[in-house]
Amino acid sequence: MQRFARLLDQLYFTSGTKAKTQLLLNYLREAPDPDRGWAIAALSGDLRFDLFKRPLIKELITERVDPFLFDLSYDYVGELSETVAHLWPSPDANSRPEDQKLPPLHEIVEGFRESTRAQTRERLSHLLDIMTPNQRWALLKLGTRGLRIGISERFLKKVLAEFGGVPVEAVERVWHGVEAPYPELLAWLDGEGPEPDVSDQVVFHPVMLSHPLDDKALEEIEGESWQAEWKLDGIRVQWVSQDSGCALFSRTGEDISHSFPDLSEALHPNDAVLDGELLVMHEGEPGSFNELQQRLNKKKPARALMRRLPVGICIYDALRLGSDDLTGLPLSVRRQRLSEWFKGNVEDSVQGHRLTLSPLLTFDDAASLKALREQAPQAGPYIEGLMLKRKDSLYVPGRPKGQWYKWKRDPRLIDAVMMYAQRGHGKRSSYYSDYTFGLWQDDRLLPVGKAYSGFTDEELKKLDRWVRNNSMGRFGPVREVEKALVLEVAFDAVQSSSRHKSGLALRFPRINRIRWDKPADEADQLSTLAAMLPAET
Amino acid sequence: MQVRPEGLYCVPADAYIDPLRPVERAIITHGHADHARPGHGQVYATPATLDIMAARYGEGHARETHALPYGEKTELRECTLWLAPAGHILGSAQAVLEYGGTRLIAAGDYKRATDATCEPFQVVPCDVFITEATFALPVFSHPPLATAVQEYLDTVRQLPDRCHLMGVYALGKCQRILMALKEAGYPHPVYLHGALIALCELYEKHGLDLGEWAPVKDVPVEELRGKIVLAPPSALADRWSRKLPDVMTAMASGWMQIRARARQRRAEIPLVVSDHADWGELLQTIDDIQPGEVWVTHGREEALVHELSKQGVRAKALSLLGYEDEDAD
Repeated sequence: MQRFARLLDQLYFTSGTKAKTQLLLNYLREAPDPDRGWAIAALSGDLRFDLFKRPLIKELITERVDPFLFDLSYDYVGELSETVAHLWPSPDANSRPEDQKLPPLHEIVEGFRESTRAQTRERLSHLLDIMTPNQRWALLKLGTRGLRIGISERFLKKVLAEFGGVPVEAVERVWHGVEAPYPELLAWLDGEGPEPDVSDQVVFHPVMLSHPLDDKALEEIEGESWQAEWKLDGIRVQWVSQDSGCALFSRTGEDISHSFPDLSEALHPNDAVLDGELLVMHEGEPGSFNELQQRLNKKKPARALMRRLPVGICIYDALRLGSDDLTGLPLSVRRQRLSEWFKGNVEDSVQGHRLTLSPLLTFDDAASLKALREQAPQAGPYIEGLMLKRKDSLYVPGRPKGQWYKWKRDPRLIDAVMMYAQRGHGKRSSYYSDYTFGLWQDDRLLPVGKAYSGFTDEELKKLDRWVRNNSMGRFGPVREVEKALVLEVAFDAVQSSSRHKSGLALRFPRINRIRWDKPADEADQLSTLAAMLPAET
Repeated sequence: MQVRPEGLYCVPADAYIDPLRPVERAIITHGHADHARPGHGQVYATPATLDIMAARYGEGHARETHALPYGEKTELRECTLWLAPAGHILGSAQAVLEYGGTRLIAAGDYKRATDATCEPFQVVPCDVFITEATFALPVFSHPPLATAVQEYLDTVRQLPDRCHLMGVYALGKCQRILMALKEAGYPHPVYLHGALIALCELYEKHGLDLGEWAPVKDVPVEELRGKIVLAPPSALADRWSRKLPDVMTAMASGWMQIRARARQRRAEIPLVVSDHADWGELLQTIDDIQPGEVWVTHGREEALVHELSKQGVRAKALSLLGYEDEDAD
């Protein structure tokens, strides 16, 4: 565990991928098994269970530290693990028996995995007792799977590839078929075993992503060699189905099947890997993102919820149909094969409800494309803009240049007034970086949303200073500020909401500009925003 | 005492303590820029603090200066004023004000940990103790300086090809680090950014041996590999530091205990070194002094007031604005 805690510390403070790669390679060469495997799982985000839960940590610390001081400390530090790491009282050095050595990483992970609730509690307090603050931080981050130290799964795969002297694609191919602590994977990379066989496993296939469209790219686009579709406001998913089972993956490869049993039940095994958008579907009519959100991150969704908000997939691409891998074929061919397959293999009862094909839009040139984009809001509230794909594009995982573009419709803008500010977390810990803003109704401001992005680091410092110099009151981590600063807020859509006093909620609000110059009483009225609501469907 | 927009005001002495704006009469506890500002009528401070102010703002920073060595009494209107060491930086003082049989102490910024660059904090019994609260949260516990410096030197030895650049505040931290490196037996000269030199010379004039140092511009850059360079924090991410060979960046500050703060500074090696009292020292100090009442000026006053009240000590927050979280010079 000491070695792993030191590695996390070094990775946390080291900037630059070269230096980080070096640290990881050293660790992979020196650390024993199965510690190595668990470390990889923790760093890549592939550890599939919590060792313990955050409420337990809070419970243990508030038994030991004044809850009010804990709250103030947590608010200040901005991060639970670090707060507890510093606050945890160290037992007297002389009352600590000599033989209490830290167990190795794998013993900690496996120990928690096999523990009952009472044992987990006991084990966690004992470990925190015998650890240094840095080790406590590492344990708490590991145990709650909250490691954010600038290591992506993709980066880690590259390091593993370098470590084993194999191409990164080879690591990606097997990655979703192996499980922590990865004995076969590591044996293969060590040169002491064959490449793991994952052929009968339901695995995620890395997806192809798009770039935002810029003016230069727009000029080149014409209907002959480009395909246009609506960009849908759901979440990107991959449906994998084969003899040995089926699964729904998010675009980052997370298996989210358990949240959507209604979908898995409706779709019979159809031996395919499909790329599409997950949407709420009311009799074939897509619902809003707001509705979809109620279905996300539910471990066991209630029957009633699934009946009220059934989901379906709007398919736009196929990576495999039957036993044929299509990724090496051009999009136009893939799309042709997908349409034929859809007609022949998808039952009528499912078509339009659980599975639809993303419609292709016709256009000639940039001008007609622009017109299409302007129609987008009328076409449906679930449409975010356009997707443009080269007809000859092969399915290449990652974000290859010049192949696929997304062209969102212009954001809506309102001028709102900052009402409250809250300290940020993580990188922005101790800066006031989250702003609640409101619009006028007569001479009263009603909050309509919260934004914490869209400004530069320099602007953040200025905003933080403004908040500190203009605060009127403090409620825990929140400061109420003078109603004097106008924020130009950009957002993708407005929806009615019963959760907010104003009755309105914004989709993806962010700060577009800070209007240092504009008097607060010239900010927008709530009625201006209400007028932007989509017509009732 | 009153809290005014100019700062903390003592009515019977007709004087402000560390005022934020120019005033007729000011008592200055120490030379950091958020406490010592130019443009006052009369200034009462220790000789070292007056030297620091003159070095920073020029001789004419005030109309009239009164140098008060530690322990020497002077009459201010109906009050007696004297200064006691605060252990924060060279010349730092607690302002002791006596009036009608009551003694009030405005401690300014202070610490209890050992610091070879200044007189240690003096415990003076009093009725009202006015304390800072910069690090007044139980998460703050500053390790001994010698330990932090020893760990740093280990890293420097392990990476002899890197240039070891450390961000230090120009007044106080810089000199304290220099003395700690000397104590730890670091065998090379320490190289200094130009902005640090004047105050180091001032410390030496006051009889402090800072060990061997040299301006960084006098050395060919390649010779800086494996050596330590000190610079003000603002220079860490600046163009200036890009000419140094293969830099490894450290930052010395009490805030470095909070990871996110260290990352905001882009410090690859955070050195927890503070010139302020940590949580334990604050409580220890108030326990040592046993004042009738504690007033808390700037920082995390809510936590300190809560803890003192729990211990049965009368305490209140003055919520003074305008002081930096750390000597941000």
